Formats: sequence, C-alpha cells, structure tokens
Amino acid sequence: MGSDANPLEALYREVILQHYQHPRNKGRMEDAAATIRLTNPSCGDRIELFLKTSPDGRVEGITYEGQGCSISQASASMMTERIRGLSLDEALELAERFHQMLRGDAEAAKDERLGDLVALQGVSKFPVRVKCAALAWEALERSIEQVRSPQS
Amino acid sequence: MDARAVRRHFPILNQEVNGRPLVYLDSAATSQKPLAVIEAVDRYYREQNANVHRGLHTLSERATQALEEARAKVARFINAREPAEIIFVRNATEAINLVAYSYGARLREGDEILLTPMEHHSNLIPWQLAARRSGARLRYIPMNPDGTLDVTDLDRLITPKTRLVALTHVSNVLGTINPVAEIVQAAHREGVPVLVDGAQSVPHMPVDVQALDCDFLAVSGHKMLAPMGIGFLYGKRELLEGMEPFLAGGEMIAEVDLERATWAELPHKFEAGTPDVAGAVGLAAAIDFLNDLGMEAVFQHEQELVRYALNVLREVDGVTIYGPEPPRGGVIAFNVEGIHPHDLSTVLDQEGIAIRVGHHCAQPLTEALGVPATARASFYVYTLPEEIDALARGIERAKEFFAHGIRR
Ligand SMILES: Cc1ncc(COP(=O)(O)O)c(C=O)c1O
Repeated sequence: MGSDANPLEALYREVILQHYQHPRNKGRMEDAAATIRLTNPSCGDRIELFLKTSPDGRVEGITYEGQGCSISQASASMMTERIRGLSLDEALELAERFHQMLRGDAEAAKDERLGDLVALQGVSKFPVRVKCAALAWEALERSIEQVRSPQS
Repeated sequence: MDARAVRRHFPILNQEVNGRPLVYLDSAATSQKPLAVIEAVDRYYREQNANVHRGLHTLSERATQALEEARAKVARFINAREPAEIIFVRNATEAINLVAYSYGARLREGDEILLTPMEHHSNLIPWQLAARRSGARLRYIPMNPDGTLDVTDLDRLITPKTRLVALTHVSNVLGTINPVAEIVQAAHREGVPVLVDGAQSVPHMPVDVQALDCDFLAVSGHKMLAPMGIGFLYGKRELLEGMEPFLAGGEMIAEVDLERATWAELPHKFEAGTPDVAGAVGLAAAIDFLNDLGMEAVFQHEQELVRYALNVLREVDGVTIYGPEPPRGGVIAFNVEGIHPHDLSTVLDQEGIAIRVGHHCAQPLTEALGVPATARASFYVYTLPEEIDALARGIERAKEFFAHGIRR
C-alpha cells in the first residue's frame, strides 16, 4: 500500500509527526515586534505568534506558543523554520503559495520555496482540517501587518 | 427496545462512509430521521401545503390544522397544560433568545441571573447579552469534580436579586442529569422562575413540565428525530402573557393602525411571520415515533449503552472519560492520551465512525475540565453496542497509528 493509497498516510507524513512530537521554535519571545493570538473557534486550536525583524526588514526571529492537533502544531513548527531569514514580502508570498497548496492547487505545491512544507499537501484532501494547517500562516500574515503598521 | 429493528426505519444509517459501514455516534449534535418523518414532510408538501391562518381556502385550512395538531401533540408530549403554551421556533437557541430578550426586558442593574458552568453557548451568550443590556450580573451554581452540580448552597445562591435561573437539564458534554425539580423548588421558594434547556433531555427521557414545574423549556426538534429548523419553547401562560413579543410582523398582531398594534393571543404573539409548518408536521411524526417506542424505553436503552460504553472504553489504555456515573445522558466525552481529538476524529472518520470533537459549544466547561478539547460519542434509539465496539477498535487503531507513525 503506497502513501497515495492510504489517505491517512498521505495526511500524516513522517515529517509532520516529527514536528508535532518535537516542535521547533516553540516558546515566547520577550522583545517581539509583533505578537498575534489567533484561535480556531470551531475546534479550540490556538496559537500565539511572536515575530521580530532585523533593521533590513527580514524575519530575524519567529516563535510560537499554542495548543492544537498535530496538523496545526506541525504547520506552525515547520513555518517558523522556513520563514526565518526571509524578507517580509517573501514571507507573504510563501504564505500565499501555502494557502494555494491547501486549496488543492497542484502547481503551487511544486514551488520549491515550500521545501518540507509540501508534506502538508495531503491536508487539501481533508477539507475540515485545512483550517488547522492555515492557522499559523494567518497569524504570520497578521503579524507582518502589525509590524508594518506599528501604530495600529 | 430492539434497536436493530428501530434502525431499519433510518435509511441514512444503511450506507458506507469511506468504504466502511457508517457508525453514527454524533446524535447529540443532531439525530437521524426515520422514514415516518421524512414521509410526513413529503406528504405535507404534496398534499397540504398553503400558508396558515391567512387563507380562507381549504388548503390553508388543512395546513393550519396540521400546524395546530402538531402544537397539541408537543403539548401532550411534555405534559403542558394547553397547546397555547407551546411556541414554535427554529431551535433551542431561538427559544432561549426569545426568553432572554422578552423576559430579559425586565432586568435592571444589579439583578442576577443564575446559570451553571456546564451550559451550552446557547444558554450562556443570550444571558451575557441580556446582562450587558441591563447591567444585570451572571452568577453560577458551582460544579463538583465529577461533573455534577453542587447544590448544597443553592439557598444562598438564590438571592433577593435573582430574577431567573437558567440551566441545562442534561449536559451535552458530561451527560450529567441535573436535579431540575429540586432547583425549581428552591427557586420558587424565592419567587424566581426557571428556564430549562431541554435540548439534550426531551429527546432522550420522559419530561413532564408540570412535574418539574419549570417555567420555560427550550427544545430543538432536530435532536429528537424531527427535521432541522423546527423547535419549540414551552412557557407558563402567566409568564408568556406578561412578556412583550420577541419578533414582530405578520401573524402576531390583533389590531394595527399606523401608530401602534396590539398583540395577538398566545401562542401567536410570539410567532411572527410564516412558520415552518412542514417542520412542525415532521416534529409531530417524530413524537409519534418516540411515543411508539416509549420514552422510558428510550431512556433505558441509552442507560444500557452508556454503561456498556463506559465499561468498554475504560478497558482501553490511555482513555480518560469525563462526567458522572450513570444514570446519565447518552453522551460520553473522552480523551486519548497523546492524541489530539482532531487527529482521533480524522482516523475514526476513515473507519466510517462519526464522532464530534472540540469544545462542543461549551468552552467554559472544556476549560474547567482542564483540556483544550474533547472527543464525544453520543447515542440514540438506533445505536447498537457493536458500534461502541467499533469505536473502541478505532481508538486502538489511532493509538497504533500515532505511536508508530506511518509505514516506513
Ligand atoms: C444542551 C444544548 N443546548 C442547546 C443546544 C442548541 O441547539 P440548537 O443549535 O439546535 O439551537 C444544544 C445543541 O447542541 C445543546 O446540546
């Protein structure tokens, strides 16, 4: 039985379970430039994202705190790894790519910039789980907005 | 009760989901519908449909009669004194909002509404809004660690400022059956009316509003075999008569001029606009179906399932079960160590098993349990013990899957 034959195996790829069990960049950040708290009201997943930028406008630090299912937590963990060092525009582009992939866009999933994140492609086959995978990325988009308009 | 025979009346249960026979363990969210209900709705639209109370023609007369017969049937089902004490609404949520708005209109700053920490959001948010409008305060009957209410201090919780007690009869998460009659007695000693959220009790056990002596009872039809979109509010006549309408429009007036209107008699005062007559007809058919089974037998069937499920699930390593010992409602909330309820639900769904996960619209309660979410299996007249076995096997499979990861 290949991973395509078993939908569960297509969803829960090894790398996802690894990130779930050993999350990266988990923790609070005291000197964050942006802090965003988001919840998924239908299921109780929650995330708090901390973002710090360097003087030249790149993601210098990104951490998160949260609770939720394997998909939401792995997505957050993988995102933080992939986003660090990118410019804010690059981060937003990647977020858009990621959302496209979750909507089932096979072309978007081929984008090499996604790296390990393609492991989450299987989520597109589970519509009720898409929100879980998207939560961290929505928090990222809001954080970038916050960094760019610090007054608001 | 022969659940296997009952099942044959439910065509939806006879299907495969993800290649497996459907195991529907989500009846607390909504029940499935027997053929008798589906056919009653079908027949109504084929033979009787017209607007009610308006036309003088024969069809309108028939539709009106169907609606009023349904009302009388609901009244008998819960032993109301008269059909006029039954207001048709969309669901329990709307019934509670009606009371929170119309009865809530008399709330003043400093008044108190007494609730419990195990309320569904439907019986919490309307009171939060009423409190915000009036300056009233929400207070809570405390809960014991086993998920029952601590009513030892009830007399102190019901103060001269208390204007209403609102509580659920059966918890949709813990299955707790609350001592409603006792609480009503205590409240009435202080002249305080009581609203009972009957969404999880009326479908599953005999409920007699005169025996409970509650003042309001809110019920959703869709959880008791009836179609979605029909529900009812029971209210004592004296109270309903003293309340202003909730919604305004056609059907609910006696006389209107350009400046003002007077209200129609009960129950029409609270039924503005065209009602869901087909839904009411379906609800009447659902009540017939339940009466044929007998509500005491329905309750006993669920007690057997709950006992069985508690035994089976307690045998599964790593499973934590919430809520009191039986007798309790036919819902079991639980968690499996190391597996988030979402992930569990996805694995079970692949096995054709439908459960609900999350906070079940009772977020404060989930927080009181100290967990971010729970999984919930819930039962009804068509549920079989084998389905509980299937759930236990599904949980084992999920444990295996997440312990070993994917096939390497
Ligand atoms: C105890 C309780 N109250 C109220 C409701 C609300 O029911 P509805 O959504 O049909 O209005 C529910 C349904 O989930 C419930 O379980």
